[in-house]
Amino acid sequence: MNKERHVLVVFPHPDDEAFGVSGTLAMHIANGTPITYACLTLGEMGRNLGNPPFATRESLPKIRKKELLKAAEAIGISDLRMLRFRDKTIEFEDDEKMTQLIESLITELNPSLVISFYPGHSVHPDHEATARAVVRAIQRMHKDDRPNLHCVAFSNNHEQEIGPADIMINIEPFAEQKKNAIRAHLSQTAWMLEEMEPKWKAGDKIAMEWLHTERFWTYRFT
Amino acid sequence: MEVITIDVVQKAINSFVNEDIYLHLETTNGAYASHFDESFFSASAYIRNARVKYEHGKIIGQGPFRVGLKIELGWVYAEGLTHFEIDDLGRLLLAGHGNDGKLGVALEISKTPFE
Repeated sequence: MNKERHVLVVFPHPDDEAFGVSGTLAMHIANGTPITYACLTLGEMGRNLGNPPFATRESLPKIRKKELLKAAEAIGISDLRMLRFRDKTIEFEDDEKMTQLIESLITELNPSLVISFYPGHSVHPDHEATARAVVRAIQRMHKDDRPNLHCVAFSNNHEQEIGPADIMINIEPFAEQKKNAIRAHLSQTAWMLEEMEPKWKAGDKIAMEWLHTERFWTYRFT
Repeated sequence: MEVITIDVVQKAINSFVNEDIYLHLETTNGAYASHFDESFFSASAYIRNARVKYEHGKIIGQGPFRVGLKIELGWVYAEGLTHFEIDDLGRLLLAGHGNDGKLGVALEISKTPFE
């Protein structure tokens, strides 16, 4: 893994960082690289409220904010920006405003690497809108000044359309940080953890492979 | 949240009659429904902080429950409600949780705007 100057991570929901990139982030942090995580919403519209429900539509954001702080701590992220947009509304925001928001983060932080979703291949409309804003902001920069952009893709057809990931990172030494990041988002991950924890404990091959491998697609700017 | 008891919820609905209230109404099947099952037709809607006034409101059904609010020029309707809470701000929060526990519908009534 390259030593980066600064890594800027942009995702719309608390927990987006946990599943696909938390091991990589922990690795950058262990490498001495500063990380800024810009999280656009508090996942206010999440459907997981506990079974039986322990949260309401109105208390969920407060719970998820605490979970996000805990996950950032588990990964070691010291610069967490909560940007106060509302879940499910990112694609309806003014596009230019979103582009400028990303631009201002890049200008302030001068990252050598940006991590976000892959536009067209990240399923949730908030993911897609975030990805588009990140691409627009970087595309606008002079070719020589652009940070690298590593994207997470998981739509059903992504491999057919953009091929296999060009970056595979084995994050095994940071698996504990990753598991703790996933555990921090308990309101959203309880179902999943119930299934995964025993598999991790037993060393189930597929579950460990999923846990230990993080995949990125380098975005090719035109 | 608690499982809906009609009497308690009806009383709460009555307490907002003819007041200016703020409404949150939502149905959702989750943004990933069509990702996990490509044959699934994904549809959802929400409105947050609609200001309305109702002259009359009712909860009915055997569970899950339905709520209808008769507003000045029309209606507000929600189906599939299973749980409720009157929170520390005096807001009536109604939610419908599916068999998997996930939220499918929410109807919330408040005298002050939602955050």
